Amino acid sequence: MMVISSQSEISFQALKSGDRAEFARLVDLATPAIYRLGLKMLGNSQDAEDVLQNTFLKALQSLDDFEGRSSPMTWLYRIAVNEALMLIRRRKPQVEIADEPVGESDDIIAPVQLTDWCCLPESEFLTAESKKALDAAIQTLPEKLRAVFILRDIEGLSIQETMEALGLSDTAVKSRLLRARLHLREQLSVYFGGRLKEEINK
Amino acid sequence: MTHTHTPRCRDLLGSISEYVDGSLQDDLCRELERHLSECENCRIVVDTFKKTIYLYQSSSAEADLPVGVRERLFKRLDLDEFAKKA
Repeated sequence: MMVISSQSEISFQALKSGDRAEFARLVDLATPAIYRLGLKMLGNSQDAEDVLQNTFLKALQSLDDFEGRSSPMTWLYRIAVNEALMLIRRRKPQVEIADEPVGESDDIIAPVQLTDWCCLPESEFLTAESKKALDAAIQTLPEKLRAVFILRDIEGLSIQETMEALGLSDTAVKSRLLRARLHLREQLSVYFGGRLKEEINK
Repeated sequence: MTHTHTPRCRDLLGSISEYVDGSLQDDLCRELERHLSECENCRIVVDTFKKTIYLYQSSSAEADLPVGVRERLFKRLDLDEFAKKA
């Protein structure tokens, strides 16, 4: 069964020696996460599938360079983020320049939205419309912040793993994560604040 | 609603991420919680900040792979022979 085979650890040695069955096992183990990353980074399923395929193609090509200092999963995340960023840049070449100040600056924007929408009924957060709002909000993040947020808060990587996957310092990861989370809080506050108003006026 | 940001609110904002991750130093954590008990606006920011993260974390579990994605992937990787397993 799938579940059992994916629980045992991927053998680094087997991967390196070109064991195709082991690589196929890694593909199955990692596919949901890598697809999800592509989907959240790019915002549509076609691009997500491209990221998915390119990630494993690149992984196959660069198996020789993989030294096993990080886990196979972290290694794949790293390739996938690079693939996603490349695709984004190809879509809109101006991104890199526009992204720079946001990516590097430590400025924190003071919260503007101060509606307490936590008290909305739980069902309100589970609607298709709410999920769309969550996805749309991620797309408004600058790419560099988006990558950190997705790895840490959606994929559940630790700060250390996020650092390894993105080749960033501890300070950079924490700073980008904070700014990403604050940005999303603002976005969701606008959306759920609106829902709250409707709820009250019912 | 307006919020006059005091220097304390600004300091707080810098450590809010580590606070919700549970990695903030004890003394800073206590100081922050003392501030939250006195500042309604900061409490709202922290609560909605936590909720935002929670909503995204719980959204990751769902989302099945669309039909055909795995098959096309195995084909592209020349791994067809292993495609049957799952």
